[in-house]
Amino acid sequence: MAEFKLPQNSRMGEGKVWPKPEGATNTREYRIYRWSPDDGRNPRIDTYYVDADDCGPMVLDALIYIKDKVDPTLTFRRSCREGICGSCAMNIDGTNTLACTKGADECSHEIVKIYPLPHMPVVKDLVPDLTRFYAQHRSIEPWLKTTTPEPEKEWLQSYEDRQKLDGLYECILCACCSTSCPSYWWNGDRYLGPAVLLQAYRWLIDSRDEATGERLDNLEDPFRLYRCHTIMNCSQACPKGLNPAKAIAEIKKMMVERRV
Amino acid sequence: MTDMRTPLGKVRGLGSAKDGTSHFWRQRLTAVANVFLISFFVILVIALQGADYASFTEALQNPIISTLLLLVILVGCLHMKLGMQVIIEDYFHSEGLKLLLLMGNIFFASFIALASVVAVLKISFGG
Repeated sequence: MAEFKLPQNSRMGEGKVWPKPEGATNTREYRIYRWSPDDGRNPRIDTYYVDADDCGPMVLDALIYIKDKVDPTLTFRRSCREGICGSCAMNIDGTNTLACTKGADECSHEIVKIYPLPHMPVVKDLVPDLTRFYAQHRSIEPWLKTTTPEPEKEWLQSYEDRQKLDGLYECILCACCSTSCPSYWWNGDRYLGPAVLLQAYRWLIDSRDEATGERLDNLEDPFRLYRCHTIMNCSQACPKGLNPAKAIAEIKKMMVERRV
Repeated sequence: MTDMRTPLGKVRGLGSAKDGTSHFWRQRLTAVANVFLISFFVILVIALQGADYASFTEALQNPIISTLLLLVILVGCLHMKLGMQVIIEDYFHSEGLKLLLLMGNIFFASFIALASVVAVLKISFGG
């Protein structure tokens, strides 16, 4: 059955309340999920106070502030700090998004709650294990496949055909969409999820690719593709403003088109 | 037992079923048909509101009404079966239980459909 309750060892408890920064007049409260594989304890929520006058405007700035000045054990991924690497994807204020592009002021609650991406195994604190997600991406063979001998220069593509890739190539594989999808939560072992299906569509619609039928064959499956029930969480969550739900609908249209 | 298969091996699993589009297409087809068929059924029920048994059986002996009513039953039950199949596949992950429920779903939908068809035919043929 689908899991509606967390297993005993995953239930969250109250964690430590860290002291407010001395002399700060403008503080913001953060409640952050903590779990370590090393101490044998259940996950807990630690409370931190960040001096908003001594910290950048984004949630990632606050996390770095906490790691630098309050608690160096807080673990999270980050790299580019400008929404292009996808490393700092996490659940902030109830929505999966990138900590580096989410302004602390944009959060709808005074207290900012931060959890790792939902329904994924946790490596530590805010770091989820995305091994399966990356394997799923690999399984759709995300590269140009051709049989025609390679041209001397490059594969040509018209301006109009290139435009079809807009809204698809921008995906940074942060996994915000896939981990916001209930279908992916319940059937992530067999359903490819919105991010991977958007990537699959990116290659299906590429005019230079010669393996469209083979790609569709690979996706035509009650679980790999058809677990999408147009819940639309994916499109709402995408921090890059992309529309994975539409890409999946387009794949379904191609599936019907090739048989009617 | 430790699972030492690679992540890609696990994801590829048993491969694509090369199916699913027929289910998707039939679910949409029956949904569109149901827009008209269920509207017809609601209108029929309203039209026969308060009618006695004789006028009810007389209405069902009209071949157009009985044909449409049979379509309501068959299309409705097929749509019900397809929808319930999705729910079972979504939420039940034990292969044995899932198989039993999928079989039960087909048996239940078939029985309801055929029993309703027999009832309509019996009345429309004056039984």
